[in-house]
Amino acid sequence: MSNKEKLKIAFYWAASCGGCEVAILDIDEAILKVIEIADIVFWPCAMDFKYSDVRAMEDGYIDVTFFNGAVRNSEQLEIAELLRRKSKIMVAFGSCSSSGGIPGLANFYSAKEIMDYAYLETPSTENPDKIQPQVKSTVKEGEIELPTFFGRVYSLDQVVDVDYYIPGCPPVPDQIVDAVMKLATEAPEKGHVFAGDKTLCDTCELEKHDKKIEKIYRPHEIIPEPGLCLLEQGIICLGPITRSGCGNRCINVNMPCRGCFGISPNVIDGGAKFVSALASILDVAEEEAAEEITKSILDPAGTFYRFDLPKSLLHGNIRKIEGAIK
Amino acid sequence: MKKISIDPITRLEGHGRIDIFLNDAGEVENAYMVIPELRGFEKFCVGRPVEEMPRITPRICGVCPVAHHMASAKACDAVYNVEIPPLGKKLRELCYAGYYFEDHNLHFYALGGPDFVVGPTAPAAERNILGVINKVGLNIGKEVIKHRSYGQRIVEIFGGKPIHGVGAIPGGVSKGLSKEEIDELKMMADSCLEFAKFTIKIFHDIVLGNKGYVDMILSDPWKMDTYYMGLVDENNHVNFYDGEVRVVDTKGKEFCKFKPHEYLDHIAEHVEPWSYLKFPYLKNVGWKGIVTGQDSGVYRVAPLARLNASDGMATPLAQEEYEKMYETLGGKPAHNTLAFHWARVIEALYAAEMLVELSNDPDIGGDDYRAIPTETPTEGVGIDEACRGTLIHHYKTDENGILTDVNLIVATVQNNAAICKSIADAARSVITKGKKIDEGTLNIVEMAFRAYDPCYACGTHALPGEMPLTLNIKDKDGNLVQTISRK
Repeated sequence: MSNKEKLKIAFYWAASCGGCEVAILDIDEAILKVIEIADIVFWPCAMDFKYSDVRAMEDGYIDVTFFNGAVRNSEQLEIAELLRRKSKIMVAFGSCSSSGGIPGLANFYSAKEIMDYAYLETPSTENPDKIQPQVKSTVKEGEIELPTFFGRVYSLDQVVDVDYYIPGCPPVPDQIVDAVMKLATEAPEKGHVFAGDKTLCDTCELEKHDKKIEKIYRPHEIIPEPGLCLLEQGIICLGPITRSGCGNRCINVNMPCRGCFGISPNVIDGGAKFVSALASILDVAEEEAAEEITKSILDPAGTFYRFDLPKSLLHGNIRKIEGAIK
Repeated sequence: MKKISIDPITRLEGHGRIDIFLNDAGEVENAYMVIPELRGFEKFCVGRPVEEMPRITPRICGVCPVAHHMASAKACDAVYNVEIPPLGKKLRELCYAGYYFEDHNLHFYALGGPDFVVGPTAPAAERNILGVINKVGLNIGKEVIKHRSYGQRIVEIFGGKPIHGVGAIPGGVSKGLSKEEIDELKMMADSCLEFAKFTIKIFHDIVLGNKGYVDMILSDPWKMDTYYMGLVDENNHVNFYDGEVRVVDTKGKEFCKFKPHEYLDHIAEHVEPWSYLKFPYLKNVGWKGIVTGQDSGVYRVAPLARLNASDGMATPLAQEEYEKMYETLGGKPAHNTLAFHWARVIEALYAAEMLVELSNDPDIGGDDYRAIPTETPTEGVGIDEACRGTLIHHYKTDENGILTDVNLIVATVQNNAAICKSIADAARSVITKGKKIDEGTLNIVEMAFRAYDPCYACGTHALPGEMPLTLNIKDKDGNLVQTISRK
């Protein structure tokens, strides 16, 4: 890419919370540096370009699309496919598009269970006729359509080809600026993750003493000793399996890591790896004691796979799911 | 019958769409605000440990994560029946005031304000924060950015991260303040207060100083008589973080006042097949459809609703401005939808006064900010006021604190029916038989929901910009008759 020609970039959000968009704003005055080297050609939340503008672009017109949010319905899938076609480089931005994120926890349940709960079962819902949102519905003036709610949540790379990843819930300002600057000058190897290349533990300043754990504490059950490793104090912390680069921000306020930066390099399945990490520091000699202590870890799946259930081995990538797109 | 779709309006984690139906005479028959997304938090939180909820539920909204974080922490406190230490409450409130200050200011300068500061019919390209800066000066623009980042910094000091912070925990907060942090907070709080006063002055000079705007605010198409809801303290003053929920009727009379755990006696939700968003209403009035008035259970939340539902503000400068507003609008309750903007800057002033008060509190640097819950977890409701209205988290757990039931009634959802009605009213006022529909039309329709700062507007909190709108006018066979795009 010549230096004279400005990079054409696009931002899009799918099943997300808007936090990734705010994270872009939080780069503050660095946005000026970005605008110096790049033109933003599509950003529905902040700028005046339409789907029709994107459809009119030649394939590959956009240099880089930063896509945040997971894919849960037909409209999100359609835009993901459209942007993939129009973009030379597709970047999964944030935890949800990288690995499913918090909305990915919905994969513990079927679409029907989710819909029934929301529209029939919650205690404030008054719905004697058992009405649920429909893809097509008729009101007295005509017809109204809604996108199809899929049977499960997908990470972006489960529906389109993804070139790079910027993990984090949300990503941090330095990481965002670094990624944009790098993409303007060089193309890293496909699959590159713009974050640290160690584990959070490797970069954590809390002291470790190779202490064994005798008891597991939930975060609200203990006021941790300042300056000491949380995991060694018995608090489940996903530092050993989580990629570095977040600035250890939760740890800095005495709260354990929940893995929003995704699994660290060379780890295939975060949950499995964490179980083995945990086993190595549990202070149990006998099987019974081991069982006792593991029982005290409640919701291991929802904790160890907090941000990447849709991509985990545990999850039903292999399970046939009704209403899933493939 | 013709159908006009405004699509996308690109907010709320994906998109919203407005479908307007015209009758054969070319007049607006009805309008629908269609919300196309569901993520299913209520269901997928079942099975999770309850203490994780303050870390999971902020992902419902990245613009107002603090509101979910605190409502969730309060619901957890209730589940464990734990009394948090006074310092823990003060620290949560300090963070909360920082969040309000940032969020409200951003809405005023980047979202709602441009319609007034630059003008509702100004060229679309100028009707954004850049246009505001042009009008008020570049230095002011820098002040806006600076104070927005102060708000984010206050939230970060408390919870480690400006977005999805983690500081609130069942029983209190996870960390106290260092001396350096308190000094920084005091500096930022003083600066925020000055900026809030300045914003009030801008509002008076530019909005209230313009007879055209005042006439518009007071005009009939922009009035809607509904019930109003908001949290109040023991003096019936507006409170963002804690208190009882008070509802006033269309005449301003107290209709009910309830504690968080009693919410199911007062609020119910209706389902329509054409939107993933439900329609909450006052149970004891009943669901009568998307209609307003004393006989309809439709109520409103968010800034003007909070002020209408209260007897005043807890801080002196905000109280002074509160009185001025009702004097101008002709008393309480004010049904003027565009007055949400005024109420918003008054609340930002209140938040700034709270920041000064709390950061100067002699006990704020203490270390008694957490209690360890000891009781068996059962059930709890946490309610706070998100910037966009009353927010309800309701959890039930088993004896180990694993969630068995979760019910969430979020702020914007409660304005769902009112927003639909406002849009239809606005559309009726500008789309009339024989009149060409132009870009200005779109902005008037937009102004109808922008007043509420709906959370499907998350993104516009971010940067200068307009909601990208495309208005497709189709005949009843679906043939495109005309397309108008915002340039």
